[in-house]
Amino acid sequence: MVGFAHEQMTDFDGSPTMVELLVPLFREVYEQTGFTRKDIGFWCSGSSDYLAGRSFSFVQAVDAIGALPPVNESHVEMDAAWALYEAWVKIQTGEVDTALVYGFGKSSAGTLRRTLGLQLDPYTMTPLWPDQVSLAGLQARLGLEAGLWDETALAEVAHRSLTDAELNPHAVRRGGSSVAELLQREMYADPLRKHDIAPVTDGAAALVLAADDRARDAAQRPAWITGMAHNIDPQHLAARPLTEAPSARRAGAAAGVAAGVEVAELHAPFSHQELILRRELGLADGVHINPSGGALVGNPMFTAGLNRIGEAAGSIWRGEASKVLGHATSGPLLQQNLVCVMEGTAR
Amino acid sequence: MSPSEARTLSAPVRVSFDYTRSVGPVLGRFFDGLREGRLLAGRTGDGQVIVPPPEFDPVSHDAVTDFVEVPDTGTVVSWSWVPEPVEGQPFDRPFAWVLVQLDGTTGPFLHALDVAGPDEVEVGQRVQVRWRDERVGAITDIVCFEEPVEADDEPRGVVADDADAAPGVAAGGDATPLITPVNLAYTYAASPEESAFFRGLQEGRILGQRCPACGKVYVPPRGACPVDGVPTTDEVELAGTGTVTTFCIVNVPFMGQKIKPPYVSAYVLLDGADIAFLHLILDVPAEEVRMGMRVEAVWRPRDEWGTTVENISHFAPTGEPDADFESYKVHL
Repeated sequence: MVGFAHEQMTDFDGSPTMVELLVPLFREVYEQTGFTRKDIGFWCSGSSDYLAGRSFSFVQAVDAIGALPPVNESHVEMDAAWALYEAWVKIQTGEVDTALVYGFGKSSAGTLRRTLGLQLDPYTMTPLWPDQVSLAGLQARLGLEAGLWDETALAEVAHRSLTDAELNPHAVRRGGSSVAELLQREMYADPLRKHDIAPVTDGAAALVLAADDRARDAAQRPAWITGMAHNIDPQHLAARPLTEAPSARRAGAAAGVAAGVEVAELHAPFSHQELILRRELGLADGVHINPSGGALVGNPMFTAGLNRIGEAAGSIWRGEASKVLGHATSGPLLQQNLVCVMEGTAR
Repeated sequence: MSPSEARTLSAPVRVSFDYTRSVGPVLGRFFDGLREGRLLAGRTGDGQVIVPPPEFDPVSHDAVTDFVEVPDTGTVVSWSWVPEPVEGQPFDRPFAWVLVQLDGTTGPFLHALDVAGPDEVEVGQRVQVRWRDERVGAITDIVCFEEPVEADDEPRGVVADDADAAPGVAAGGDATPLITPVNLAYTYAASPEESAFFRGLQEGRILGQRCPACGKVYVPPRGACPVDGVPTTDEVELAGTGTVTTFCIVNVPFMGQKIKPPYVSAYVLLDGADIAFLHLILDVPAEEVRMGMRVEAVWRPRDEWGTTVENISHFAPTGEPDADFESYKVHL
């Protein structure tokens, strides 16, 4: 991983194709890596037309590439972290040795609490329009009742995220106060307070992968991907313990999380979900969680997961850590999880 | 901000579609049960009894064939409060979602609970299904959960292990499709370049933009040149005249059609532009429209203009000689 740039905001006033945001982000990663668009062997994006109601927005977004002569391109209707996975696999095959992964989403164009109802079981759930905040509240209370966490633990996650966000220019929500003060705030979607819920966020992101010497040419200290895996749990609410994320556990083990991780960027759109992920990934107390502030301070749909991986890579580029992980989630209640482990030294 | 002051133009848009799905043998039985006011659970290989029955066993992946009828009473295992309901939810006022462990089952079932405030719901509370009077075989046949009329802890109904014996439940109703209307409201914004184009139309001007790298002129303008991937910057005003590069004769009626077929939809390459523009060719019999035909924009009366491409009613022949094929062949 040799380049990363992203943008996030509460309310983007431009077209949902987001070409306007992608062009300067591409320019930024070209400057970081010294690549031009002609150096990129494979392009892969993540987005969904449901978010803003614009059909084939990912086709329109290809304008940002400058695709003449034609380019080798693909798209996933998922967080761009899964586009990253596809690009990584493509590089493993030897077909290409560079890739640019990007994603974009304008959540503010619609009502996200309705749009995400469409990711549920279309027969038995979507007709009731359960929203993601309410479902997360049900999950949080199961853990509260079972004694897996308490309100203070949720406030600690929010407080640390809001405090760290003060150093993140991209954060759309920031400013810690104290755990006690956060606990004084009123309930919103009981048992969740507003700071336990990721803000609706618009955004776009671009990330560059390169293999071997291409990577050494493009970055002083590339973040070498040493493992990446993703898994999914059944969607039925009664088919797994809802306070657990077995797919995160499995993906973490497959990606080689086991020991030595210093920084972990976890895609947890709700406070209690960070606690679930820390447990499932077996992260020790000393691991620095979400130095960016995480999804609680900015959760652009379709890039928030990729951003976690890009932010984690940044701590390797800056020499702050030698082994890090980035995590992305998709679907309701941490149903699907991707873990990417990176190290400062090539194996 | 008024539309003229905002950086971009935006407008409300609604996208709606009725998803019509066959439900298959497992959910078909479940929905048939709902129509009759009965709840069917599925029993999985490891002994879990869950509602709705899953089509496939989450552990063994075998098709689920073991059904159990369960009471429509149960116990709240979790709840969350909805302070601001969204369209389509069971209530249009604040309410609670609940996970209910129905009597005789081993896992949670999601639905709404009819309570006035969060202080009226608690984990461990007994609840019962409130059935809709007219049921159609859908999850919405359950209105919500409610407090039992008689506050006892007894299950309403019994667990019937052999659901096949329950009349009307045995057949499996996968013949009836389930229709789920989906209707989403958006605010759709145009890009700054598109906004300039629409604002120009309001003044009777057709505005494109030129790529600073390759010099091509795009109309409507795009956020970036699709050849070079750089923002198009220089504004170019185009004449209302152009050449038909290719066209089709519309003979098929469709929903929302405004013009009686047959009529012509064509790509018009405006003079000075490098990309053709889709519009209608009228004022000429459809069979006379041809490639290379010279046409010009016919504008609606000025008092009808808005920030829309409909300000141009259509294109009509100018009567000039046809353009040489050479002059537009690269645009095909």
